[in-house]
Amino acid sequence: MVDEATLKALEEKVTELRRLVEQDGLALDDELALLERRLEELRREYFAKLSDWDRVKLARDPRRPTGIELVEQVFDDFYELRGDRLLRDDPALRGGLAKLSGKPLVVLFHQKGKTLEEQKRYRFGMAGPAGYRKAVRLMELAGRLRLPLVSLVDTPGAYPGVEAESHNIAGTIAQCLQTMLGLPVPTVAVIVGEGGSGGAVAIACADRVLMLEYAIYSVISPEGAAAILWKDQKAAPKAAEALGLSAPKLKDLGIIDEVLPEPLGGAHSDPQATAATVRTALERHLSELSSLPLDKLLSLRYKRYRHAGSYRELEGRP
Amino acid sequence: MPIWKDEKKSKREYVEVTPSRAEDLWLRCQSCGELVFRKKLAQNSYICPHCGAYFFLSAQERIASLVDEGSARDVTAPLVANDPLGFVDRKPYPERVKEAQRETGLLDAVAVVEAEIGGHPVVLAVMDFRFIGGSMGSVVGEQLCLAMERAIESRSPFVLVAASGGARVQEGVLSLLQMPKTVLVRRKLAEAGVPYIAVFTYPTTGGVLASIASLADITLAERGTRIGFAGPRVIEQTTKEKLPPDFQTEGFALAHGMVDQVVPREALRDELARILAILDGGRDGG
Ligand SMILES: [Zn+2]
Repeated sequence: MVDEATLKALEEKVTELRRLVEQDGLALDDELALLERRLEELRREYFAKLSDWDRVKLARDPRRPTGIELVEQVFDDFYELRGDRLLRDDPALRGGLAKLSGKPLVVLFHQKGKTLEEQKRYRFGMAGPAGYRKAVRLMELAGRLRLPLVSLVDTPGAYPGVEAESHNIAGTIAQCLQTMLGLPVPTVAVIVGEGGSGGAVAIACADRVLMLEYAIYSVISPEGAAAILWKDQKAAPKAAEALGLSAPKLKDLGIIDEVLPEPLGGAHSDPQATAATVRTALERHLSELSSLPLDKLLSLRYKRYRHAGSYRELEGRP
Repeated sequence: MPIWKDEKKSKREYVEVTPSRAEDLWLRCQSCGELVFRKKLAQNSYICPHCGAYFFLSAQERIASLVDEGSARDVTAPLVANDPLGFVDRKPYPERVKEAQRETGLLDAVAVVEAEIGGHPVVLAVMDFRFIGGSMGSVVGEQLCLAMERAIESRSPFVLVAASGGARVQEGVLSLLQMPKTVLVRRKLAEAGVPYIAVFTYPTTGGVLASIASLADITLAERGTRIGFAGPRVIEQTTKEKLPPDFQTEGFALAHGMVDQVVPREALRDELARILAILDGGRDGG
């Protein structure tokens, strides 16, 4: 059986060899071709029987394209808007104006980092109240200017901290939900990495919710569930399985609308192809939604969220 | 359920009680160790007559402590949780639900009544922390929506007494979706101009605080409550921050502008009646 470490080691070898061939012009083409074939075999084997815990690790892989990398490849003319107009700019939740097939829109996205330094700067994609206030601000802007809203979700969750609590992180997330649900424009969310609980749903309560194939969307981190329900940190892989956090599972449950296929090896093995997939899907969903009259758009949104859930009538009760 | 174990730092007025069963005539106060006669406790708003500690209230006890006697009509919809994920941790989710139902006499973590408070009709939804930590899954979300729709229909104020550890893990993302769901209907309530009063009781946290609970017109916090998005342990582990001694207390929430008033339990009914009277001023002339 192929494990993650073997795969990663080979991926690194291939990358290094490619660099040597391309940059230093070394005549290692045969070796490279051989290793690439081997890598593809390994990837096929590994991705054919992916556990949910493997998916969690893939979704969190720092090599995955981050928010800004996707935004720059998916949209044209991204123009960043900053600040919550109260205290500061939160780098973990970004947004601005952009164009897609020539049409303007507002985009919101979580930002993670690739290097440790970047990860610290973006607080691992965990936004605080300032980030979600900025999100409310940009949502309102989209509503006023009648621009569709697209969000790219990639966060372990909202930032947990004394300052976040002092500045009412919970109330700010509630305001995001309230604002986004009332927007008189089409909204599409794409979960591109981690969709971690309240910090994710705050900008994901859209008319259409799409997910990259190896992204995850969960009410709690598997580690959190393991600690609370299993009382055992080591139960995280088991918790991941139980939580139903994979894209195919969420599609089966009717929670998301579409799974966007990733290239073999995951989004990071071909970021351009991944961005192209996201772009094509966004164009399709936005054009469908834009063709609806406003009252129809809003009534579909109302139905979607009003009927979310799974319960049954109790039989034989007076 | 031990709720104070990790809270030694700050003295609280709530006390830990084993889930009280209706047949227990005497309850032991975990704060002072005295045995208290249940009937006497009920007359005293479930505040220990010996030391003043707050006993943990069930939804039924809370309702009785707030509404005009004999005015409550149970309108909780007959809904029970499904098990959409086939969730099994240390025990299967359906088993947990059944146990909680037996323990609490409720179908899920919320009870809804039509009642009067100080003569003012309200739709009152009360969450019960004993039922899987007052967690919001599909049933709680639906009950809150139905309650708000009932309030719109009858044009009576909606009162939510929140007590929740957050979203119900066992229903996965479906629980998370109860956040937008309840917020959506809260928007309808606002459009209809029907008042919404929230009362934060121990504890009001996580996904419930980050959705329906935070969006009231008027927000009261019962003394002794814990109010916060993330748990103190998560914060300490993630950020290595030292937490201030009053962190996530009702005083902290008041000081940071998250609630309108902090109210001692025995004054809660009168406080609600007073607000309802002001809002209802046009109708009954005070
Ligand atoms: Zn006592």
